[in-house]
Amino acid sequence: MTALAAVPVFGWLQEMLSHDFIRNALLAGTGIALACGVVGHLVVLRNQVFSGDALSHVAFTGALAAFAAGVEPLLGLFGSTVLCALGMALLGGSARGRDVVVGTVFAWVLGLGVLFLSLYTTTRSAGNGSAGISVLFGSIYGLSARQAVIALLAGAGVAAVVAAIARPLLFASVDSDVAAARGVPVRALGMLFLALAGVAVAEAVQAVGALLALGLMVTPAAAVHRLCTRPYAAFLLSAGAAIACVWAGLTLSYAAQQLPPSFAIIGLAFAAYVMAAAASVARRTS
Amino acid sequence: MSITDLATAPIPAPSLDLLADLEQLLHYHFMRNALAAGTVVAVAAGVVGYFMVLRGQSFAGHTLSQVGFPGAAGATLLGLAPAAGLLVFCVAAALGIGALSESRSVERRAESAAIGSILAFALALGFLFATLYHGFVSGIEALLFGTFVGISDAQVLQLLVASLLLLAVMALMARPLLFASLDPEAAAARGVPVRLLSVAFLALLGVGVAEAAQITGTLLVFALLVAPAAAAQQLCARPQVAMLLSVLVALLVTWLGMAVAYFSPYPTGFYVTSLAFAAYLLARAVRWNAGRRGRRAGADA
Repeated sequence: MTALAAVPVFGWLQEMLSHDFIRNALLAGTGIALACGVVGHLVVLRNQVFSGDALSHVAFTGALAAFAAGVEPLLGLFGSTVLCALGMALLGGSARGRDVVVGTVFAWVLGLGVLFLSLYTTTRSAGNGSAGISVLFGSIYGLSARQAVIALLAGAGVAAVVAAIARPLLFASVDSDVAAARGVPVRALGMLFLALAGVAVAEAVQAVGALLALGLMVTPAAAVHRLCTRPYAAFLLSAGAAIACVWAGLTLSYAAQQLPPSFAIIGLAFAAYVMAAAASVARRTS
Repeated sequence: MSITDLATAPIPAPSLDLLADLEQLLHYHFMRNALAAGTVVAVAAGVVGYFMVLRGQSFAGHTLSQVGFPGAAGATLLGLAPAAGLLVFCVAAALGIGALSESRSVERRAESAAIGSILAFALALGFLFATLYHGFVSGIEALLFGTFVGISDAQVLQLLVASLLLLAVMALMARPLLFASLDPEAAAARGVPVRLLSVAFLALLGVGVAEAAQITGTLLVFALLVAPAAAAQQLCARPQVAMLLSVLVALLVTWLGMAVAYFSPYPTGFYVTSLAFAAYLLARAVRWNAGRRGRRAGADA
């Protein structure tokens, strides 16, 4: 270890890892990225990107409602996204003009979030003015050891559930009619999956914030989809890409302190997506 | 009256005497500017929003509004007016969406994943700009959720000019656009330049979003763009009347929202979105009721 530390890069990494906030961020970030990568692959496959977007809006309001009421923010975060995911799955259907309903409802949900934000910052003496910003854009460096362990466990749990139902879920996602005919419980799986997506969004909010949660979930998965069509391999690649983005993003923002970690993570993910898209176009034309 | 003064000043209580309240509401210059700007924006948003809902392009509007955030934050970082950044980014993104949707080879699944990725990256970029500009972190909330304090005379004038230009162009292309929106194939067969109209409309939508974002903030634009138009379409099928109705609802929502927010400690964004949502629900209820009565009359006959 000491011999390695003599190499400048390793010495620098050792110094970075000596900070508690970095260790917590890496620990939590790994679990969060695992959940987001695995769920993100299915979100892209099932074409539910906009449901993910809607869930992240709800997460903002849920977290701030918990702040304003003075209850555990994690409760508000996970509770709101999972409940809303189940509600969306129940209402379901693909009637025309649904995007109008979604748009109207979620503009109002964000408006409610603004109300909770102002309730929190004006009425609670412990309120701090940057609560809104940290919910919107994340504060991964502010996670406590306890929160980091919860995030890691929740991420591992999501990945385990997805792994357990991967086969029927993939079948139902790729061809729901045939799957239903073969006796796969398509509707129940869809509901369970949206609930998992709710958990993944709530996880992502803790790392990169409600506004960027969609990016952590969808961008690495979308990059993998450009290059890899094998569904099981894409699971692993998508999770690996998300984890790599989080680790590299945290390192980058530690090295260049003016870069906020959430920007570094999403920026790297977007760079990976652009490169993957370019590679797939190049492969198709050659 | 600066923002900090406003935060510490006692909240004016409404006397419930309408005239006296109105007088109090219009007493401050900043409130008169806010109401004037809100009026101008609501008219433009009502008209553009009507076509947006008719054409099923709500998500394009959603994307445009979020792309406006890095525009405004970037302009502030460079020392320019946020409105300029908003306008440039929104119109550029509108033209980009227009170009993207032309290449039909991309499958739908890949397209929505790409839009989601671009959305998140745009917001991340806006956050970066805002943190790079020291001391601006508090301004993020104003950009995202809107504010109606501190709108200058010059800004009201700019919004007015932008709205008038937008409405003039809209009036010129309203008829062919309506045709192209309702039946694109028939319109194309009759020689209506459907593609050109579609791109031109997206650019106008960019202008409308950039305007509305200055009142409602980039995240709450939908309150003025979608909800009034969607409510109007529930109530009325005739395009001209529905468009008027959409403008009317947008105006009411803006005026009421600002007035209530003035007399209460809570933000405008909350009231405007809630009122817009209520208007939409009311319209749905009215239509549902009318439909039920219609069915019953049909059954009786």
